[in-house]
Amino acid sequence: MIPERLVNLVVLVGLLAVPLWALAMDEPFTITLATRAVIFALAAVGLNIALGFGGLVSLGHAVFFGLGGYAMGILAHHAQTYTPVAEWPFLIEGTKSMPVIWLVAMCVSALAALVIGLLSLRTTGVYFIMITLAFGQMFYYFAISWAEYGGEDGLSIYVRNDFPGLNTLVPIQFFGLCFALLCAALLFSAFLARSPFGLALNAARQVPQRVETVGLNPMRLKLVAFVISGVITGLAGALFADLNRFVSPTMFSWQMSGEIIIFIILGGVARLFGPVVGAVLFVTLEHFLGGLSEYWHIYLGALLLVIVLFARGGVIGLLAGRARLHD
Amino acid sequence: MSTILIIEQVLNGLQFGVMLFLMAAGLTLIFGVMGLINLAHGSLYMVGAFAAAAVAGLTGSFLLALFAAMAAAAMAGVLIEMVVIRRLYATDHLDQVLATFALILIFSEGTRWVFGSFPLFLDIPDALSGPVTLPGGIAYPLYRLVLIGVGLAVAVGLGLLINRTRIGIQIRAGENDREMIAALGVDISRLYTLVFALGAALAGLAGALVGAIQSVQVGMGEPVLILAFVVIVIGGIGSIKGAFVGALLVGLTDTLGGIFLPELFKLFMEPGAATSAGSALASMAIYILMGAVLIWRPTGLYGARA
Repeated sequence: MIPERLVNLVVLVGLLAVPLWALAMDEPFTITLATRAVIFALAAVGLNIALGFGGLVSLGHAVFFGLGGYAMGILAHHAQTYTPVAEWPFLIEGTKSMPVIWLVAMCVSALAALVIGLLSLRTTGVYFIMITLAFGQMFYYFAISWAEYGGEDGLSIYVRNDFPGLNTLVPIQFFGLCFALLCAALLFSAFLARSPFGLALNAARQVPQRVETVGLNPMRLKLVAFVISGVITGLAGALFADLNRFVSPTMFSWQMSGEIIIFIILGGVARLFGPVVGAVLFVTLEHFLGGLSEYWHIYLGALLLVIVLFARGGVIGLLAGRARLHD
Repeated sequence: MSTILIIEQVLNGLQFGVMLFLMAAGLTLIFGVMGLINLAHGSLYMVGAFAAAAVAGLTGSFLLALFAAMAAAAMAGVLIEMVVIRRLYATDHLDQVLATFALILIFSEGTRWVFGSFPLFLDIPDALSGPVTLPGGIAYPLYRLVLIGVGLAVAVGLGLLINRTRIGIQIRAGENDREMIAALGVDISRLYTLVFALGAALAGLAGALVGAIQSVQVGMGEPVLILAFVVIVIGGIGSIKGAFVGALLVGLTDTLGGIFLPELFKLFMEPGAATSAGSALASMAIYILMGAVLIWRPTGLYGARA
């Protein structure tokens, strides 16, 4: 077995090396693919905090991904049409500045995660799965019927938003930005897992009663984890919309929620780098199998079945053996 | 707003509700007995609709098409139960979600591969097409009335099956304590396959019946599946009665909300804004209903206390 740290290091270096190689070979499309993988990985790192650490199987994380996307879409749409987002109770202007958009995306996601979490965490197990799924559908249909922001057709942005000091339209620069955010999220995630909060959360997942007897509130721990998780996925949504310069209700779709879970499972649940490996594998499969056959989802489905039935630890589990963090 | 319109919409809501019940009944039985969350239930609905469209195209008989739908869905159900689902009973919900999500991918793409991406059409048989005049002078499509009738008949039949027959006793016992009934000599794995086949056949029937008023296409099962989830969450997972009440509530809320909320908003807003705000709220109405029920009763209307 290969040590998990080595696997992680190889993944990280590889993820950085591929776009640099593509830059040297002048293949911008490969850089775009790598950016896509990095953004999916970021979304899955977010979900992993709820799902892997907290044991909360959310089948509605597309809500935050979509909210992040629409935060970017709406702000940039108003900036490019020179109209205010709102005039009452006070004037809110659109913006093309990425840091501002990210902040808005994260705040909106946090708020949504707080409300959804408060309602959903009243339930457990299969109810929780179905309720998060239903919330996802609620946002999906709302986005479809919201004609002011494109309804079913979504919103297009002509030019990618700005980041101070960078030209975000150059693929490698935008990749670098996304990669830096992914690294930050991974560091935060690793820090969280070792912090007193992370340990308590881990315990709350395994034996909530015991956590309660030492005076902690498992419900509150899970709610905080759910909010943090939503915030990171929301940030990924804003980046994803910026990558495509387009946002549509499909970002809210339940297939999206399912795919974010798939990233985690392909890589390995509750592994720090599980989401990264899974997202990279998914984008690679999507690109190569999608090129071979129009019906590549069949192979994805088959692969997923094999992993669920026979290889519980995902790819990292195969390479590095059983997790220490996860029981 | 005339009384006729209201009655028509209530009937539409009922029709939608009883079809949701056919889906929700299977889901709730499967969850109640096996503790399994089956996302692929929508695929069985789709399989039923496609089998019906294919058989109706070959033979021209709607009745044969319905039987084919139930048989095909039940067979697909038995197949996936024996090959995949059986391995998932003892695992956690995450594995069940993923494995059945994988099944959706396989079923959807497989169907697209066999039948192509274009929707198929299943025609309402001549004997059931056209409107009938109800007491009070309301003209209403006969086929939709038949759907309501079929749905109610299945609900009664299922109630009798669960409450009055030996197999029903075994199913209810299986919900309470699966080790105990296995110890009493009931072949639990055969019972599971049977329940799964029954749920699948109901989903297939619903797919074929609804396929005749909508188009038969890949991906038709998932929106219905999610509504069926909402239904059983409202009704309480595992309860057939809950599924029935929940299905009617959701069917009526969705149909009536879509018609009346925009009208309601017009009373105090300008028409354009009222239509968009009303329809936006209507599309979210059932989820708001679900949220409200859960705040009041976290395990649904008829669910066992957690």
